[in-house]
Amino acid sequence: MFSLIESFYILLLAGFVGFEVIKRVTPTLHTPLMSATNAISGISLVGSLVAAGSDQFVSQMLGLVAVTAATINVVGGFLITERMLKMFKRKERKQQ
Amino acid sequence: MTNYLLEITYIIASVLFILGLKGLSHPESARRGMHLAEIGMLLAVIGTLLGQGIVTWEWILIGLVVGSAIGTAMSIFMPMTAMPQRIALSHAFGALAAVLVGINEFIVKGHEITSGLMGALGFEVLFGSLTVTGSLMAFGKLQGIVKSVPMTYKGQNFVNISLFFITVGMFIFLIFFPQNSIVFGTMIALSFLIGIFIVLPIGGADMPVVLSLMNSYAGLAAAATGFAINNKVLIIAGSLDGSSGFILSIIMSKAMNRSFANVLFGAVGTPQVDTSSLHEDRPITRFNVEDAKFALEQAERVVIVPGYGMAVAQAQYAVRELSDELEKRGIKVEFAIHPVAGRMPGHMNVLLAEANVSYDQLLEMEIINPTMDTVDVCIVIGANDVVNPAARTDKGSPIYGMPIIDVDKAKTVIVMKRSMATGFAGIENPLFYQENTKMLFGDAKNVLQQLVAEFKKN
Repeated sequence: MFSLIESFYILLLAGFVGFEVIKRVTPTLHTPLMSATNAISGISLVGSLVAAGSDQFVSQMLGLVAVTAATINVVGGFLITERMLKMFKRKERKQQ
Repeated sequence: MTNYLLEITYIIASVLFILGLKGLSHPESARRGMHLAEIGMLLAVIGTLLGQGIVTWEWILIGLVVGSAIGTAMSIFMPMTAMPQRIALSHAFGALAAVLVGINEFIVKGHEITSGLMGALGFEVLFGSLTVTGSLMAFGKLQGIVKSVPMTYKGQNFVNISLFFITVGMFIFLIFFPQNSIVFGTMIALSFLIGIFIVLPIGGADMPVVLSLMNSYAGLAAAATGFAINNKVLIIAGSLDGSSGFILSIIMSKAMNRSFANVLFGAVGTPQVDTSSLHEDRPITRFNVEDAKFALEQAERVVIVPGYGMAVAQAQYAVRELSDELEKRGIKVEFAIHPVAGRMPGHMNVLLAEANVSYDQLLEMEIINPTMDTVDVCIVIGANDVVNPAARTDKGSPIYGMPIIDVDKAKTVIVMKRSMATGFAGIENPLFYQENTKMLFGDAKNVLQQLVAEFKKN
């Protein structure tokens, strides 16, 4: 049971940190923010890998689909976030 | 020893994720931030592969290769205009992984499942499943596969609420009898249904809220997975995702003048009755392209307000060309972005950035509104409800109280619209009948191109 309490501590503290950090994200980048946090939540990949790499066939199959889905999220999510961020440029403008 | 190493990679990964999101506070630091988050993800994956007692590799390899191929293809070939759909789809994938990991955990643990573990598993599969189907529905609506008008039927609320209580009841039952696989399976099936049902009555204009909520739910599902398999990095990454969705939902609901509770419990998109005092037979003033050019040439400060119509007409490049032409003549051009303009948070910003509009020209509603009365010409492109002054003045209007961009205060307002049809919410817009408002009818892209051509003539 100890790990459950510990987990709650982590959830709460990470939630606070997340709230404070994300509150400061500029509204201009709200779409990249969504796709970035989505890529990060593709961290379910970690759990999926363990399932796919076990010695039980059922786990392997569930894990296979989970690994594929999570990888699409991680790889696609980070790549598209970068593609979007590359577009946000500042124009060099003459001082008026 | 490996165990410590594993935990250390997870801790580093968590720190890198937080630093990565911190980078998003400014466009300058954003890309470096993303690199940090990517390194974090890579570390977590390598740590898991080496330290989690993996015995078979072939399925992992297949999954990683196939997933990377699909993910890469999607990110390369997906046009920016399809970004809302892509976001919706990716929420579904992330949540699907969480659900499957949860089901696997249920099968593997079998008779060892305790009430505590079921508490975590239950949350994981509940949030996960409804996010999967809810996001797929949102995807379908954005892509036009499913009709994007709100679908309502008699007794809808009753059905949804009963479904919700039955599912929660099953969850509570499972906490006391955690090994009951029939109830567990039924609960998952019902959550899939809930996901479909809650998005069904939601229309296109409310999509920013739906996407934000799904963002949050996908994060909560990941965090619950962390509880279930006792993995700290999952809890941290999940809470980050959860808080981003939470914050975006708050911002979106504020911008639509809905209480957060109203949004959370799915009363979104309820048809409202327009009781405003407006009559359509008032005269409007029309502008043609030459008139618009003349008005713009006289201006010193021009503000452009884009809406979903700009995205539909793919007019962002034409908008930028017009802005370039104006700036060449020494006219100050800014863009005023309403938080819920478009179909997802930040939609307009991404489209304009794609068309090479400098990000320091993109201003938020709160920043531009106090100076709106010093604007000479305001061009409204495909936006309607977010510039409707009835939200400020007419208590009978369904959008009364919603924060809007005060374009009506500008000296001249040019509204580019295809026709006099009402906006998404079907609400009359008194802006169109104002004396200082000039209507410029036509396809936004077409009209803008003509306008740019006029400017290029001399």
